[in-house]
Amino acid sequence: MTEHVVRIAYIVAAGLFVLALKWMSAPATARRGVFAGEIGMLLAIVGTLLRHEVIDYQWILIAFFLGSAIGIPLAYLMPMTAVPQRTAISHAFGALAAALVGTAEYYRQTPHGFIMGALVLETLLGFVTFTASLMAFGKLQEILPTRPITYRNQNVINLVLLGGALLLGVLLIISPEQRWMFPVFITLSMLFGVLLIVPIGGADMPTVIALLNSYAGLSASAMGFVLGNNLLVIAGALDGSSGFILSVIMCRAMNRSFTNVLFGAFGQVQVSTAQETTQRPVHSATAEEAASLLDSASRVIIVPGYGLAVAQAQHKVRELYDLLTKRGVDVSFAIHPVAGRMPGHMNVLLAEVDIPYDKLHEMDDINSEFAQADVALIIGANDVTNPAARHDRNSPIFGMPILDVDHARIVMVIKRGMSPGFAGIDNELYYLDKTLMLFGDAKAFLTGIVKELPAPARV
Amino acid sequence: MLAAFLGFELIRRVSPLLHTPLMSLTNAISAIAVVGAILITGEKDASTLSRVLGFIAVTASTLNVVSGFLITDRMLKMFKKREPPKP
Repeated sequence: MTEHVVRIAYIVAAGLFVLALKWMSAPATARRGVFAGEIGMLLAIVGTLLRHEVIDYQWILIAFFLGSAIGIPLAYLMPMTAVPQRTAISHAFGALAAALVGTAEYYRQTPHGFIMGALVLETLLGFVTFTASLMAFGKLQEILPTRPITYRNQNVINLVLLGGALLLGVLLIISPEQRWMFPVFITLSMLFGVLLIVPIGGADMPTVIALLNSYAGLSASAMGFVLGNNLLVIAGALDGSSGFILSVIMCRAMNRSFTNVLFGAFGQVQVSTAQETTQRPVHSATAEEAASLLDSASRVIIVPGYGLAVAQAQHKVRELYDLLTKRGVDVSFAIHPVAGRMPGHMNVLLAEVDIPYDKLHEMDDINSEFAQADVALIIGANDVTNPAARHDRNSPIFGMPILDVDHARIVMVIKRGMSPGFAGIDNELYYLDKTLMLFGDAKAFLTGIVKELPAPARV
Repeated sequence: MLAAFLGFELIRRVSPLLHTPLMSLTNAISAIAVVGAILITGEKDASTLSRVLGFIAVTASTLNVVSGFLITDRMLKMFKKREPPKP
């Protein structure tokens, strides 16, 4: 009897997950999607607890309690600017869970054949994603240096590690009884996860996070095969394909391939060229000058980037938006697909401060409008505005679709200093005659501009 | 396979506006690993090893379920509050 109930609960849960993703496609239905997901998860968990095999509830309940006790404050206290870090760390937890279940299964039943294959895949992906996500978290939280770290033969070492892990994996599939191999296999996987992220710079984080999302899902899916559980297979596959698509979108937005992101860290070559050019003259301006230029403009396009998130300047952006709009200035936002540190990062920040979402434009929609804009105000964005991507064949970002900010009449760049962006590339936009550099912390500078804007003229 | 294909079709239509909430939602869904974790933790004669591993796994995935859904909803609430679209 309960077997049937459980089976039905699982099917309904799987269906709800599909619906959740479907509703997620539009802002109007998105919250319904979350609700569907929650119900689905509840059904899945209750269904599992009902199963005959589950006898001992004590530890499960303690774990539920512990998980919620950490999870709830995490969800409510986390500032929106820290969403990328949170996502990375939760990929780590999810992958860890999958990997540990795989490990426990191995020591419990030491399966053979196909199931062992799935188990190896689950554990490999799980442990790689676990350490890789922890590294990504460290980089995003700036505990670790965000710049790509490269060394000689890096790719060779990584490939040897991966090859070693895969080889052990295959050997384990052939002869699962060789227990000594399993811990070695785990160690290699974890080490590979660490080294995979070491060479990846901040600018590639959106892609990597999406990719790790995909791995965590695939790991759960493989677990489904190990346990013979269709719900796991389906939910994991949904997650895996979603993460995969997002990473493809991100890659396309940067005109790079997967392998390029993973193995070709923006590297040593550009660093030297950047140093040569930093001495060129730039025009800088004060908040007062910037304010009067903005005041006389009729169309302003704001280009937000990671610097906005770092400085927590989204509320000031909102103030500026309000003031300018009140003056009859047409303000819109241009958002590059890889702006920030994860897909959609900027949209969330601007939504947090209630900027209407019809003012947020994607790159393809707004690029033609820069030519009509009086001012393009860039806040903490860098590589996505570098015109070198259009014409400089030697630039590492050549071919990457960029926002055509240089088509605007005046370009203003709020930036902390002349240091190149996370990709380590100098931005020639800063040396144009029409570019004004506004040096300072994004939040402090915006505060200055807002203060300097003259009171609205009464009509 | 079918699920992966379905996933592809569904995600392709998600607007970039919602990529971050989407990712945190799939993140919560991937915490479905909790099912597997419960199974190994709650087993009758589970060895200490699988009980310990399972316990950590249940904790980690519960954490993801709870915080994943809550934070997704918190983000979407912000998207909700904006002014009604232009007529």
